[in-house]
Amino acid sequence: MLAQIHVTFKEGVLDPQGKTVHHALNNLGYDEVMDVHIGKYLEVKLDSVSEEEAEIRVREMCERLLANTVIESFHFKLVSTE
Amino acid sequence: MKCGIVVFPGSNCDHDCYHILNKVLGQETHWLWHKDDVDLSSFDLVVLPGGFSYGDYLRAGAISRFSPIINSVILFAEKGGKVLGICNGFQILLESGLLPGALIQNHTRKFICKNIFIRVETINTPFTQECKDQSVLQIPIAHHQGSYYIDPNSLKDMEERGQILFRYCDAKGKVTAESNPNGSVSSVAGLCNEKKNVMGMMPHPERCADPLLGNIDGQNIFQSLLSQS
Repeated sequence: MLAQIHVTFKEGVLDPQGKTVHHALNNLGYDEVMDVHIGKYLEVKLDSVSEEEAEIRVREMCERLLANTVIESFHFKLVSTE
Repeated sequence: MKCGIVVFPGSNCDHDCYHILNKVLGQETHWLWHKDDVDLSSFDLVVLPGGFSYGDYLRAGAISRFSPIINSVILFAEKGGKVLGICNGFQILLESGLLPGALIQNHTRKFICKNIFIRVETINTPFTQECKDQSVLQIPIAHHQGSYYIDPNSLKDMEERGQILFRYCDAKGKVTAESNPNGSVSSVAGLCNEKKNVMGMMPHPERCADPLLGNIDGQNIFQSLLSQS
């Protein structure tokens, strides 16, 4: 099983990278761009674990290490690799 | 005073801290290896030095926070032991939950290495009691993830409890948008926990505490710690 995890800044936390890319896209003429947020994408491969277990354990991994919940939020998808 | 300096893979200000505490200030100083979970009860001060522990991977301090020594440091802090985190050490204290908030990338998106000014916001802590209230210290910063963030309500609570120790300011002590080098909320440069025995700061006092270097403003912080032991 593969956990596809996205970690992004929470609303209200300064995202200087996102802001810069936002400006760059506007400068290239993409005036429709309203906001850009840059985050992290992680792929975590899991072995011999049920989907229910994976759900619990991946959430725990995110809360304990992969995201700093003071500033970041996360969401993930579990994909079967068989 | 018996001092311990924690060494992580990637610490690079550990020897500077050792030099100031041991050679300049004449204190008994020991190295503490990050892999050791040891009893720190005989220590008066534990320093988490600056550097790039674990390459700043994932987030600065995120991996080091799970080093065995951090368990010892948390126990030590719970019993009232004094902990000083400088730069990367500050990041580790935040990641470990010993201090509130988080540090994110500088709003300039650049690594900043320069002398800046900070204003002493309270002298009612073991880390600032030898400073003059509202005095201005010139101390260098060197970081990429030094923009302090905390939600507005928690910031207000911390201010009321006197947990904000230093704010970035100009040479005259005025806190302005221009004098805030990294975009920290409310220009916060250093803070402590509620019990006031754990302190973290982004500026490097150990880089301006040897008279040979011509600036000893950083000594104020070390002298404050010394004056009570």
